[in-house]
Amino acid sequence: MRELRVTPIKNGTVIDHIPAGMALKVLKILGITDESSDSTVSVAMRVTSKKSTLKDIVKVEDRELLEKEVDKIALVAPSATINIIQNFNVKQKYKVELPEVAKGILKCGNPNCITNLKEPVETEFTVVSKNPVRLRCVYCERELENIVDAIT
Amino acid sequence: MQFKGRDILSIKDFSKQETMHILKVAKKMVPAAKGKKRNESLRGKVLATIFFEPSTRTRLSFESAMSRLGGRAIGMADPEVSSLKKGETLADTIKMAESYADVTVLRHHHMGAARLAAKFSAKPIINGGDGAGQHPTQTMLDLFTIWTEKGKIEGQKVALVGDLKYGRTAHSLSYALSLFGAKLYFVAPPTLQMPKEVVDDAKVGRVRPKLTSDLKDVIGKVDVLYVTRIQKERFPDPQEYQRVAGLYEVDLGLLEEAKKDMIVMHPLPRVNEIHPSVDGTHHAKYFEQAFNGVPVRMALLALILGAVE
Ligand SMILES: Nc1ncnc2c1ncn2[C@@H]1O[C@H](COP(=O)(O)OP(=O)(O)OP(=O)(O)O)[C@@H](O)[C@H]1O
Ligand SMILES: [Mg+2]
Ligand SMILES: [Zn+2]
Repeated sequence: MRELRVTPIKNGTVIDHIPAGMALKVLKILGITDESSDSTVSVAMRVTSKKSTLKDIVKVEDRELLEKEVDKIALVAPSATINIIQNFNVKQKYKVELPEVAKGILKCGNPNCITNLKEPVETEFTVVSKNPVRLRCVYCERELENIVDAIT
Repeated sequence: MQFKGRDILSIKDFSKQETMHILKVAKKMVPAAKGKKRNESLRGKVLATIFFEPSTRTRLSFESAMSRLGGRAIGMADPEVSSLKKGETLADTIKMAESYADVTVLRHHHMGAARLAAKFSAKPIINGGDGAGQHPTQTMLDLFTIWTEKGKIEGQKVALVGDLKYGRTAHSLSYALSLFGAKLYFVAPPTLQMPKEVVDDAKVGRVRPKLTSDLKDVIGKVDVLYVTRIQKERFPDPQEYQRVAGLYEVDLGLLEEAKKDMIVMHPLPRVNEIHPSVDGTHHAKYFEQAFNGVPVRMALLALILGAVE
């Protein structure tokens, strides 16, 4: 049985297997909570998945995700899969994956870090551990305490 | 081992073997550092010193190191006024320095500043201290002092005393010492004890550091007493500061309980941590330690500019 809780989309992206409750973080990452956003989005929260655990699903019409957006999603929803829909079919499917270095997607939580001044660099964090996710700033060498809030 | 063209940003960027090599080169630099031998291996080379924070020792010893190798040091009178106030980014300041010099030493109040500088400079950057972050050349001269005074670093019992919470010197040194297999004792009032991250880092060696708030617990055991300053600003109550600082003061009475060959080190400047009467004892090594900044920095400059291998 095909699980389609919301109307099918013709073209766009389905972000599936988001840990239950994290859909809103994903929407924020995609900028969909901004007033200026014009994407058509449907969200299903706490859906029972095949593995009978709860998950969230986000479907965005007429949009493919940027690499940085996928990297950010990997931080809040490491289990998510990205499905690219073309002409109502799943054209491509992949699991999000934490990069070795998270570049330009987070703000360092250390107010004394040089990356918090107006310097022309992207922030960089090395992934010290993937489960649980632990990140260390390449510049100040401090561990990032609140990852979700640090996403830019 | 490749040193030519390399940045000196954090002690963690160097393996034990690499650090040991630097110390060995530094040892050969001692006669020239004392002005007893001429060394012209960096003739024609220029070092830029960019200090956004005041410092006497680090800056002077870098300038001395460069001169002792026949090179020249240039610096800004007050970068605070000359560039920051005009809103120039550090990235731009560094690109300017790169065009005037062969190597730059940078001191800055923000953590990670030197690593950022290195991104914008094709020529080597030396971190001369980045706020609460790293000060790798201080760590190397501390290691050099222990190595030359004691013959080896491995197995030495070293107590780090004072403000271990905020003191970057103590943080980097404890990492490096544990890498070399020293036994560490962290001696500080509970409110100024080593951060957990640093204690974890110090476990890179085989021996776990021991934590205590009582100097008397360790004074009879250790080979090296590394004293750091307890800052008044850390205490809301000046009387509490007086009381705590008093507990960690090193004086002749305390030294009576120490091993005969125990050495006392301090990154200087000191305030009241070490009584001046200690200066005349054979335990006192802090002035040698300050001098050691010169040969160690000579070694680093010569290595990264390719004058020695
Ligand atoms: N045209 C479409 N419009 C909207 N959503 C779709 C469309 N096609 C598929 N989906 C959704 O995309 C996700 C992936 O679809 P797929 O058919 O690959 O399901 P699946 O076999 O359960 O995949 P998985 O093993 O990743 O769970 C599902 O959540 C599905 O509901
Ligand atoms: Mg499914
Ligand atoms: Zn940082």
